[in-house]
Amino acid sequence: MLTLSQVVIRDRTNDTSCVARDGFCPDWIRDHIGDYMSPLLRHLELTVASVVAGFAIAFALALLAHRRRWLTGPITGVTGVMYTIPSLALFAILLPITGFGFVTGVVALTSYNLLVIFRNIMAGLDNVPEAAKDAASGMGMTDRQRLWRVELPLAIPEIVAGVRVATTTTVGLAALAFVAGAGGLGQKIIEAQNFKSNIVTASVLCILLAAVLDLLILFGERTALPWRRATSS
Amino acid sequence: MTSDDTAHNEGTSANRQAATLELRGITKRYPGADEAAIDNLSLEVAAGEICVLVGPSGCGKTTAMRLVNRMIEPTSGDILVNGVSIIDRKPSELRREIGYAIQQIGLFPHQTIAENIATVPKLLGWEKKRIVARVDELMDLIGLEAAMARRYPGQLSGGQRQRVGVARALAADPPLMLMDEPFGAIDPINRERLQNEFLRLQGEIRKTIVFVTHDIDEAIKMGDRIAVLRKGGILAQYATPAELLMAPADAFVEDFVGADRALKRLALQRVRDIELWDAPTVRVGDPMAEARERAMASPIRHALLVDDDGRPVSWLGDTDLTGDRVVHHDGRVTMVELDDILRDALADLLQGQVMFGVVTDHGGRVAGVLSVEVISEFLTHQTAGHIDEAPAPAERLA
Repeated sequence: MLTLSQVVIRDRTNDTSCVARDGFCPDWIRDHIGDYMSPLLRHLELTVASVVAGFAIAFALALLAHRRRWLTGPITGVTGVMYTIPSLALFAILLPITGFGFVTGVVALTSYNLLVIFRNIMAGLDNVPEAAKDAASGMGMTDRQRLWRVELPLAIPEIVAGVRVATTTTVGLAALAFVAGAGGLGQKIIEAQNFKSNIVTASVLCILLAAVLDLLILFGERTALPWRRATSS
Repeated sequence: MTSDDTAHNEGTSANRQAATLELRGITKRYPGADEAAIDNLSLEVAAGEICVLVGPSGCGKTTAMRLVNRMIEPTSGDILVNGVSIIDRKPSELRREIGYAIQQIGLFPHQTIAENIATVPKLLGWEKKRIVARVDELMDLIGLEAAMARRYPGQLSGGQRQRVGVARALAADPPLMLMDEPFGAIDPINRERLQNEFLRLQGEIRKTIVFVTHDIDEAIKMGDRIAVLRKGGILAQYATPAELLMAPADAFVEDFVGADRALKRLALQRVRDIELWDAPTVRVGDPMAEARERAMASPIRHALLVDDDGRPVSWLGDTDLTGDRVVHHDGRVTMVELDDILRDALADLLQGQVMFGVVTDHGGRVAGVLSVEVISEFLTHQTAGHIDEAPAPAERLA
C-alpha cells in the first residue's frame, strides 16, 4: 500500500529527474502544496481538540486539588505515568477501545497534555501572592470568589505558559497520530518517507503550525492581560 | 431627607456611625502549642477611637486583630461589635463591614486602582454609578489624581500603593477598621507623612480603628488608647499614650516604652498645658527704672519690648536698659504659640539656639515665656494627675 501511494505521487509530477531521485524539488512542492492543506487542517484539529480537552480535564483536576491539597500528589503521579507511556504503545492500547480514527488520536494526545497543564495551573495558583489572598479573604470574599476573582486571574500567565508548551508538544506528537488512523501531516510523511520534498514540506508545515499557534496564544495573552504589559514596561 | 435617601447615600457622603468594639476574655490556643497565643484578653474600644495593639514580635497583636474579623477563630471568649456578638455571623459577610488593611497591602495586581478600591462595594452589590462616585471620592480623599484610577498597582510608588490600600479598606465606609502595620513597609520619611495624612483623615472620618504596630513611637503617635501585649498574648497595660508614658504598669511596659519616655511625652502636650513664666514686658516710653526692675525680677534677666498691640519686638539686655525711658530697639525674638506641641516648641528653641521662647496667643500677643528650664521642670515633676489634657492624635498634628 505504501509503495502504491508513492507511485501515485510520482506519477503526478512533471520533473521526473528530481522526483525520481527522491530529491528536494521546489517545483514539485509548489505544484503539490495544495495536497497538504487537508492533512494540515486535520493536524490542526487534532492539536486544538487535544489541547482544549487536556486543558478542560487538567483545569477540573486542578480545582479539585486546590480544594483538597492531598490530591495533588496522586494526580501528578497518575498524569505523570500517562505522560511516560510511549505514544505508539498508547495508540495501540486504545485501538480496541476507541477504534481506528480521530477520537483515538485525540484521546491519546489529550493524555499527554494533562501533566504539563495541571502542573502549571497548580504552580500558578501557588504563586499568587499571600498578601493578595489574605486581603481578598479579609475584605469578605468567599473562597469561591477569591479563586475566580483573584487567584485564577493571577495564575493566568503560568497557565498560559503550560498551554503553550502543551500545544507545541502536541503538534509534534500529532505527527504520529496516523498510527491510530487519525490522519494529520504524519500521514503525508509516511506515505512517501524517502521522498525529501514530501518530508520537508510536511515537516515545515508542522513547525509552522506549532510556531503560529504559539504566537497566537502569546498574542492572545498579551491582549487579554493589560496589567502584565503595564507592569513589565 | 427620608430614611430611604440616607440608606442610599451612606458611603458616598455621610459617614456611618463608628462602632464600639469589645473583646471579652478571648483566648486563642493553637493545637499542639504549649502557650496560648492570646490569653484571656479583654478590652473595649470606644466608637471613633484608634486602639493600638503594640508589643514585641510573638506577642499575638496581629492574632488579636485578626480575631475581630474572624480571619482567626478564638478558642474561647466573645467579641462584640456595637454590643452584638460576631461569633454567629457568616465570616465573609462580617468582613465586608470591617475595613481591612495590611502591611503587605495585598493590592490585586491584575486590577486597576479603581477596581481595587471598588472590591468591597462590588461584593456588597452596589450600583455601578454609586461605585464610580465612591471611587472618585476616595481618590480625592487620599490625594491621588483621578487619572491614577486607571493604572495598575505595579505602576504606583510604595507610598501611593499604601494610600490605595487604605482607600480600599475605607471603600464601603465601614464603621470599624483593622490595620496591621499599614505603614510598616514604607521608608521613615514617607511613613511620617502617611501617618500624619491618616490622622488628618481620621479627624474627618472618625472610624473605630484597631491598629497593630511593633513600633512604640507609632503607637504613641497614632493611638487614642494603647494596648501593650507581652508574649503569650497577655495584656500588660491598656491606657492612653500619656498614661502609658507617665505611669507604666510594670517593668515590662516601662522597658518597652523606652528610656526616652519622658521625651516622648513632649509629643503629647501643648505649650498651653504647662506653667509658663510671666513675660517682663515693657513698652516704648516706659520709665527705665521700672523696666530694669522688671527685668531683674525675672529669671530671664531681660525685659521684653512689645509694641502697642502687645506683640513681641525685642529682648532688652543690660546694655539696652540705659537712659531715662525705654526707646525702640530692633531685634529678633524666637516665638512659639500656645497651641504648639511641646516637642516642636523645644525644637524651635534648640534650633534658634536660645534659652527662652516668647509664647504668643492667637492674636500674636505675648502670653508668657517658655524656657528650656520650664520644659525640664515639666518633665521631672509632672505626675499622672495632669494627663487627661492630652489632645487626641488627630489634633496633635503640628
